[in-house]
Amino acid sequence: MPGLLTGLIFVPLFGGVLVLLFGRGRDGFSRVFALTAASVNLLLSFLLYADFRAGVPGMQFVERVEWVGQFGISYFVGIDGISLLLVLVTTLLTFLAILASWSSITSRVREYMASMLLLETGMVGVFCALDLFLFYVFWEAMLIPMYLLIGVWGGERRIYAAVKFVLFTLAGSLLMLVAIVYLGLQYNTFDLMVLQKMTYLHPQQHWLFLAFFLSFAIKVPLFPLHTWLPDAHVEAPTAGSVILAGVLLKMGTYGLIRFCLPLFPLAALYFTPYIMALSVVGIVYGALVAMVQTDIKKLVAYSSVSHLGFVVLGIFAMNAQGMQGGIIQMVNHGLSTGALFLIVGMIYERRHTRLIADFGGLAKTIPVFATFFLITTLSSIGLPGLNGFVGEFLILLGTFKASKVYGIIAASGVVLAAVYMLWMFQRVVWGEVTDERNRKLPDLTPREWIILTPLVVLMFWIGIYPGTFLKKTELSAKLVVEQVRIRQIESLNELYVLDRKDEKNLIE
Amino acid sequence: MLTVVILIVLFPLAGAAVNGLFGYRLRQASGYIGAAAVGLSWVLSLRVLFWVMGGGELNEDVYAWIVAGSFHASVGFQVDALSTIIIVTVTTISFLIHVYSFGYMRNDPGFARFFAYLNLFVFSMLVLVLANNYLLMFVGWEGVGLCSYLLIGFWYERKSASDAGKKAFIVNRIGDFGFLLGIFLMASYLGTVQYAEVFEKAPLMLSTGVATAIALLLFLGACGKSAQFPLYVWLPDAMEGPTPVSSLIHAATMVTAGVYMVARSNVLYTLAPTAGAVVAWVGVATALLAATIALVNTDIKRVLAYSTVSQLGYMFIGVGVGAYTAGIFHLFTHAFFKGLMFLAAGSVMHAMQDELDMRKMGGLLGRMRITGVTFWIGALAIAGIPPLAGFWSKDEILVSAYRSGNVAIWILGVLGAVLTAFYMFRLILMTFHGQPRDQRLYDDAHESPANMTVPLVVLALGSAVVGFVGVPPGHGWIDGFLSDTAGAAHHAASGGLSGGMLVGISVLAGLVGIGLAYRMHREGRLGAASSNAVHGLLIRKWYVDEIYDALIVRPVHRLSLVLARVLDAIVVDGIANGLGQLVKGAGWVVTRFQSGNAPTYALWMVIGVVAVIYYVSGN
Repeated sequence: MPGLLTGLIFVPLFGGVLVLLFGRGRDGFSRVFALTAASVNLLLSFLLYADFRAGVPGMQFVERVEWVGQFGISYFVGIDGISLLLVLVTTLLTFLAILASWSSITSRVREYMASMLLLETGMVGVFCALDLFLFYVFWEAMLIPMYLLIGVWGGERRIYAAVKFVLFTLAGSLLMLVAIVYLGLQYNTFDLMVLQKMTYLHPQQHWLFLAFFLSFAIKVPLFPLHTWLPDAHVEAPTAGSVILAGVLLKMGTYGLIRFCLPLFPLAALYFTPYIMALSVVGIVYGALVAMVQTDIKKLVAYSSVSHLGFVVLGIFAMNAQGMQGGIIQMVNHGLSTGALFLIVGMIYERRHTRLIADFGGLAKTIPVFATFFLITTLSSIGLPGLNGFVGEFLILLGTFKASKVYGIIAASGVVLAAVYMLWMFQRVVWGEVTDERNRKLPDLTPREWIILTPLVVLMFWIGIYPGTFLKKTELSAKLVVEQVRIRQIESLNELYVLDRKDEKNLIE
Repeated sequence: MLTVVILIVLFPLAGAAVNGLFGYRLRQASGYIGAAAVGLSWVLSLRVLFWVMGGGELNEDVYAWIVAGSFHASVGFQVDALSTIIIVTVTTISFLIHVYSFGYMRNDPGFARFFAYLNLFVFSMLVLVLANNYLLMFVGWEGVGLCSYLLIGFWYERKSASDAGKKAFIVNRIGDFGFLLGIFLMASYLGTVQYAEVFEKAPLMLSTGVATAIALLLFLGACGKSAQFPLYVWLPDAMEGPTPVSSLIHAATMVTAGVYMVARSNVLYTLAPTAGAVVAWVGVATALLAATIALVNTDIKRVLAYSTVSQLGYMFIGVGVGAYTAGIFHLFTHAFFKGLMFLAAGSVMHAMQDELDMRKMGGLLGRMRITGVTFWIGALAIAGIPPLAGFWSKDEILVSAYRSGNVAIWILGVLGAVLTAFYMFRLILMTFHGQPRDQRLYDDAHESPANMTVPLVVLALGSAVVGFVGVPPGHGWIDGFLSDTAGAAHHAASGGLSGGMLVGISVLAGLVGIGLAYRMHREGRLGAASSNAVHGLLIRKWYVDEIYDALIVRPVHRLSLVLARVLDAIVVDGIANGLGQLVKGAGWVVTRFQSGNAPTYALWMVIGVVAVIYYVSGN
């Protein structure tokens, strides 16, 4: 179906503009209209999934229109299996996030809904763009609505958190912009497909790699660049946290796969040990810090640092298992952490607190909520039969093949995850009701059922029959790994030949 | 036959799903659904048993589960003598315990939830046993761990219960960490986790070192699940769960999964003699350690729990010295007599208003005849008195240890048998004999209803007779049945003591233990406080929990606090914010960005991008 990606990118933008134009003073309209636009996009992404051919190598649904021909900039979009899954996660979570904001957002509804839709445009765009400049535009464009979501509809320290979020991201992305422009000038094109065939012997490869990497690593966030994340999560409204954890962090790991590795394979090889080391430190560090948090949302935020460490580790293991695991784990983290933030939001709406100490005994008062919470917790700690296990297992297997030491340290993160999640769960859900205010809480509403059910269904689905999703990414993951590997070998060979020439020149 | 196997697994899952989703409407009916589901599995597993006895075998994939690159793991089942004997044991005991739970859990508000969890447990256990590869076994492995967690913490309002559940899960995770690493090693060296392929390739492709590493890592997993030193500490605490759970999960079935795993992996352990020796020595150490704690404990369920830990140690002695059949045989008989004793203890608690302290019991035989007599049969069986079930299986283990040349292990095993007989008859005498110590509780005591006593009687009959599958020793039905899949024991030395002597010594050990208990009972010293230092050490369970707390739990917690409050909040965040301040001070542009006014910000960004392009294109 031609134009599907363009549709996916611009339907939300269009919807957002309409909400802004016609939503003034009509909150109900804004909500319904935003939800409609998000549903349309969700349906479009189902079409995308149905039409995607898993056996075809390379990019599909490619669309290309010259934009600024003078500089070789074009509107160039297309997806492979990796982008496909992330687009699906984006459309699903945006839809659910809008639904989750139904009653909790009461001020400036029009602007809020428009921001959500603009955000979706930016995110889908990031996952589809194959032109470096276009990618950068979407990458930056998504910053504005996210900044607004935190800064306007956030908690008490929202301004601090929002500015911190923007400054961190900007610091990274400005470096990336410089690198992109440099590449574009050098080769007179921003076409990723062309550039990834050309740049691997470039002498500036290390610096360019670092510029891209820093930008992505902040987004992931990789230890020690993570401190914006807990602040942003704690202050963001529920939907903001869902999108932030579910999609935005994946833009970082996606960037590593799509840009860092294919563009600079040799530099990637050079930096791999350091990156893997930071990842395993992040896994253990995030888990340990999560353990002693008193705020549930902050605990989940630090757990993300740990989980995303797994993803980066899998990617840089540079083998089929690690890459496939990393990709499926991006989806898994979106589902389970997204669900966790939704659950925290639901309890916050009821009690206006997120402190672990304020709860206890919820299993008695709101059993359905407790059941959803339990399943999500188990998914997050990687219980086999649920989604998290498939990703973690493949990542650890891939890592173990690449480096036994890192594999072993990372596997200890699996133990720690059980410790901090179950301890939190015990204090919140089990035990006696210690606070009278927890005694008369209403259980899940039908709307909340609708929000959580698809996520839980997917957790089981991926856990029991991951083939549905693994098959779509299998070839793409394999191609990325193989190409990077081949080109690493090629460039090493050429470097060797060059060295020999230099020697000859010197001798002569 | 694959369909039958799938149905065996799916019936309990369906039961769990129905009870989990609609339990709140079903009320008492959920018990029937749960028991019926397991009953159907039981009937079908008997069918499989006859099929396997007739020479049937099956190893078939249902679907490809996780495929990535060269790695492939399927959902598939393997039916052979080893898995069959265990699924028959599991479904038999499970069915009886479901029936028993009708009475025991009758008035519990979580009745439906209980049966949902119990069914889910049976499902996971069957997956664990029937899987045809290590990864699917791991799914069942974690599944039973989850159910154990949920059922230990079943009365979640009690902090001790939810603490115990969490402890069980986390200690098991430490074991699972080893299990997982074992799987990774296997997958990296052999490229597969399917049993058939692993066992075919391992002798050809693995060096002794790698085989030993894999075997030991797998055994770490077994130590967690089967409560062996140093990971046994969760099992005594697990007694916080309802008694049918203690009986089914924490005595008869789940905790024996580690023994099954080692027996299943016998090819690997044969390649790695060192690993086998470690298994046997950990087994004997655990058997003695747990038995000594059981000598002084006064909580009826905890004595049984330590007894379970100890008996599991015996099973590991068996599989450790290469007598896989003997280990599985003891697993089989133990399921009956230990399952029985837990249910009988539950019956006592039922009568004594949930009292667990044996110092408040006494003379109960007069009040509850069936419970008392069946408990006696169980205790005689575990003490190794012929011709009851425990005698045959424990004796086969001890004889195998002796014959394999591990005389030291044999001696310690015999010593353990003395201790076993002593603590068990101490329990019997304190509970069922002598004068009532709490008259009020005694007066209210009564025999339990039929749906609780019938399972007791059935299990008591089992405890009496199931040992005959192993008669004559070493050449019984079970030895022939398991010889293909579990490997026959290799008796290296044929000299030394004769078989008759060994048997005589074992029986004597049991009688000595019983005699000691009886003497102390006559002197009124059972359960009495003592200022003896050794007694104090045992009462405090060798301080193992305290040592773990001081060496692991608290240091990790403290480290986390330091990381969170100092490193993360001050150092890492401080540096980041400091850099921000620096930039802020350096340029007024940044403060413009921070106006909080989004349109302004957006405008700046666009201007910036355009300026960059303009500048670049100018060059």
